[in-house]
Amino acid sequence: MTVLRPRDAAEAVALYAARPAALPLAGGTDLLVLWTTGALNGRTVLDLSGVKEWRSIRKTVTGLSIGSLATHAELRGDPAVRREFPLLAAAAAAVGAEQIQNRGTLGGNIANASPAGDAFPALAVYEAAVVAVSRKGQRSIPFCEFFAGVKKTNLAPGELIASVVLPYLETRPRRQLFRKVGTRAAMSISKTAAAGLLWVGPDRRVRELRFALGSMAPTVRRLRAAEGLVKGKRLGRELAAEACELLRRDVSPIEDARSTAEYRLHVSQNLLADFLLGTQGSH
Amino acid sequence: MIAFTVNGRKRSFKGPPFKRLLDVLREDFGLTATKEGCGEGECGACTVLLDGKPVTACLVPVCQAQGRKVETAESLGRPGRLNPLQRSFQENAGVQCGFCTPGLLMSASRLKKTDPEAVRVGLAGHLCRCTGYMHIVESVSKAPSPLRERSTAALRGRRALARRKR
Repeated sequence: MTVLRPRDAAEAVALYAARPAALPLAGGTDLLVLWTTGALNGRTVLDLSGVKEWRSIRKTVTGLSIGSLATHAELRGDPAVRREFPLLAAAAAAVGAEQIQNRGTLGGNIANASPAGDAFPALAVYEAAVVAVSRKGQRSIPFCEFFAGVKKTNLAPGELIASVVLPYLETRPRRQLFRKVGTRAAMSISKTAAAGLLWVGPDRRVRELRFALGSMAPTVRRLRAAEGLVKGKRLGRELAAEACELLRRDVSPIEDARSTAEYRLHVSQNLLADFLLGTQGSH
Repeated sequence: MIAFTVNGRKRSFKGPPFKRLLDVLREDFGLTATKEGCGEGECGACTVLLDGKPVTACLVPVCQAQGRKVETAESLGRPGRLNPLQRSFQENAGVQCGFCTPGLLMSASRLKKTDPEAVRVGLAGHLCRCTGYMHIVESVSKAPSPLRERSTAALRGRRALARRKR
């Protein structure tokens, strides 16, 4: 196995352009598991861990720019992430446990494109953008358009994730939620994971709802139908029930070793209902 | 060649860059305190400190240790000269078969808070198939803090105190 170890972003991009079949490596928490099975024998690895400019979390005028190599432990503890994007901090703290959070990176998590990526519902409701770089330059990809399917992304050959940009929210949401549902609190792959933001106007009508689910479809999903339904309306039991019914339209849960489709759907509907009615934790 | 520090000593490794840090420690350096459990980052048995932070050594290719500081359970006490955390595991029955213990000690040694809830969260990345965890949490909670203190004056003082109590 050949390991290429670029020292900066320019070198990383140049090496990847010359070896587009190389496997980018960040924290290794997924890649090393595969490697141990022998599935990657003979492949070239592009170890990005020495690229310092992709490590930092920077405040800009319009948002927070999170380097792709920022670890989950760094996200969990970063004051700006905690203050401005608490759902992302909560999601980072729910990934694996301490040892995985110290190694796994946000960019690696996104590039791995698991349907169960814990950070994804949070990034979806914060309407993040993924900044991809290649020899040709850089482009910004809306987070919800980044995934092409299970373990598949829309990155072009030679493109690497440099950072993830989260635009600041214009106003504080009235209510917010991150909830991961797994077999246990740590080290589990989620059965469903939810992130929600809700803004309500002075007339008590919903100004905006953003709600996303992970592990409920091949990729993370915003609940566009339910979001559209509640906009401009006053929240109540009937409306919440209707929104929960519409939830199905945006997801396609599966049966697998971790859960059943029915359980996933039912729990996700409970999470949405509780969020809309402000009764979180009642189930 | 990959050069890094293990337990305060400079080491170099000339083998394959993608060999797991776990295997380099055990096979090349003869440091066998670090154990392999699941080999896929789930069980925490192989936990070592990389630049002071707990990581599972089965998921670290040795090339990523270049220039960094690795600490294993060999850096704690030794038989007859256990450190306070190890002694607390011994005194509070935190060890049964002992396979998960070196990893647990490394994670526990970095905990800033040692109330039982903080210990449970801090050690959530470790599996123990013997103790049922109660005694492990107790071992860490009852250990004198700071947990990583070694042969400092304060520690010598506490040891003397412990001897007198006994």
